[in-house]
Amino acid sequence: MKREAIGALRARRGFLRGIGRAAAVTAAAAAAGTAGVMRKAAAKGAPGAAPASFPSADYDWTKHRWAFGVDATKCIGCLRCVEACKRENNVALDAHHFRTWVERYVYLEGEEKPRIDSQQDPVNIAASGSEREYRFADRYAGAKVDKAFFVPKLCNQCTNPPCVQVCPVGATYKCADGVVLIDHDYCIGCRYCVQACPYGARFFNEEDQVSDKCTWCYHRITKGLQPACVEVCPVGARIFGDRNDPQSPISLFIRNNRVEVLKPDTGNEPNVFYVGIDKAVR
Amino acid sequence: MEALIHYAPYTGWVYPNETVIEWSIAIVVYPYITGLVAGAFTVSSLYQVFGFQRLKPVAHLALLTSLCFMIFVPLPLLLHLGHPERAFENLLTPHWTSAMAMFGYFATFYIVLLMVETWFAFRPYVVEQAQKRKGVLGLAYRALTLGSYDVSEEALRLDRKWIFWLAIAGIPGAHGLHGYVGFVFGSLKSREWWSSDLMPVVFLFSAIISGVALLIVIYVVSCWLRRIEIDLACLKGLAYTVWGFIMVALVLEGLEFANLVYKGREGIEMILAYVHGPLLIPYFVLQFGIGAIFPLLLLSYMIWRGTTGKALVAGVTLSACLVLLSVFMMRWNVVIGGQEISKTGEGLLSYPLQFWGREGLLVGILLLLAPLATLFGATRFFPPWEDKAA
Repeated sequence: MKREAIGALRARRGFLRGIGRAAAVTAAAAAAGTAGVMRKAAAKGAPGAAPASFPSADYDWTKHRWAFGVDATKCIGCLRCVEACKRENNVALDAHHFRTWVERYVYLEGEEKPRIDSQQDPVNIAASGSEREYRFADRYAGAKVDKAFFVPKLCNQCTNPPCVQVCPVGATYKCADGVVLIDHDYCIGCRYCVQACPYGARFFNEEDQVSDKCTWCYHRITKGLQPACVEVCPVGARIFGDRNDPQSPISLFIRNNRVEVLKPDTGNEPNVFYVGIDKAVR
Repeated sequence: MEALIHYAPYTGWVYPNETVIEWSIAIVVYPYITGLVAGAFTVSSLYQVFGFQRLKPVAHLALLTSLCFMIFVPLPLLLHLGHPERAFENLLTPHWTSAMAMFGYFATFYIVLLMVETWFAFRPYVVEQAQKRKGVLGLAYRALTLGSYDVSEEALRLDRKWIFWLAIAGIPGAHGLHGYVGFVFGSLKSREWWSSDLMPVVFLFSAIISGVALLIVIYVVSCWLRRIEIDLACLKGLAYTVWGFIMVALVLEGLEFANLVYKGREGIEMILAYVHGPLLIPYFVLQFGIGAIFPLLLLSYMIWRGTTGKALVAGVTLSACLVLLSVFMMRWNVVIGGQEISKTGEGLLSYPLQFWGREGLLVGILLLLAPLATLFGATRFFPPWEDKAA
């Protein structure tokens, strides 16, 4: 009996030692991996190894550096861009999910701060008569306006995108040409990226249960077309192009204007360049 | 039928996409449960590692509580995910720059550690039952022995050694798991309310007080249900633990808020309008006043006066219940509060809490009750009581 007990004890010790060894090996592997993680954690690295052509065989994403410009002095707030984007990208036709939207800033006489509204505002929804149509209500008709302007917003396709940094599975990634995309077949729908974006550019696609955002119409620009919002803008307030081409509209826009970006203090380095915005614009 | 999405009413100026509040009550419950796990494990470790003998009556109960709550930690997250069937991608293809990527590994490691430690702790009882019982229950106990029936003094000494080292490994495990939850919020630069270096430690200390408070309530209720006398020395030990840690928690939370106000960065006006307005009751009254400062004063008074007997039991249990409320409110005020302050710094939203649905109030309540029900069941199979366990 005693011999049996000692045998069992020895077997158990062996088993436990095995567990201990396995734990030690795991810990060592984890430690080795840590150095690499530390380097990557700053999220300022180059995009990972990628195939030469994506999404089509005749498109080489290493040959382009896309960028976007917004000339707020030209925008008339017609919202054709919003309509076009919703239809082109199959975005939910409501007033709470936008890949691009337009903000209105109005300084009334004697007021220090601007009154700001956009497509989700109940007054604007009432003006259009439906959440599926987009209008700016004529709400300041009788007031004395000191200063007023519109600011189109969209994903900034940041050079250091916090949304990419926080995605736990790598479903959102930065392409070599600068555009941040989301793999809808891989996204787990945790919405950490929605929280991480300081610009409110991301939203949750209720239909597919995944995160969603503007891609600068990646399916169009990789075929040599303009993003839908740029295409429909009647006043040329939205400018798009390849910074690798010094004569492209965006290169000229950046060169010929004193441009600024939104929330530069975040260190995200946005790639949507603005002209004619005000200190109140975030 | 209720609508699928509920838009958050707002005042001021908010981004259009912000009108859907994405992190719901499920994400409030998740750090709350994780915190209870870490706190309960702390009590177990105070006995197993640091030799706090007066906590012996609750040492095994603490371990079992920790395990029962830990089992439910992933559930609120799975309920929240748009694609829960893809959750394993987090383990198979983790994206290392994400603060969330380590969750799967941390949680798995910690659940395994808890199971192994619980196995060692209850082994003598399991062996005894395996030899005594027949039928399905006997079979289950025999399976749980893993073929090891040796309960000799030498074997038990080895068991104790393993428990000791597992408890040591579990301290950074439990606290790492919870500190990291704080990092998930604190590391985001998009929200001023979250973006704080102190967030991980704030989460950690509030976790410790919540776990100890939970154990106080469970211990008192279990003694009442089992009609046995409460070990007042043990209860006092738990009360001292809450008392000590609540001061640190309060100082840290106060410092965090003071930093936010004193630095007065962009958007502070909106934050101040928020804490003076919608957050006045949840934050200042419930989380700080009734939930933390009142229990601290009550416990201080009882320690000063040397209160004992029924008054001590009532006072400590009341304090524990209030601490549990305070920590829940802290989680709520961080998770929901953070999203109610717009990223524009110019507007406030209001979370439209629903009753039904996958992320409704009912599911939230069930998520909090499920670990307690599991614990109730588990104590039948593995009695953690000092008078019954080996």
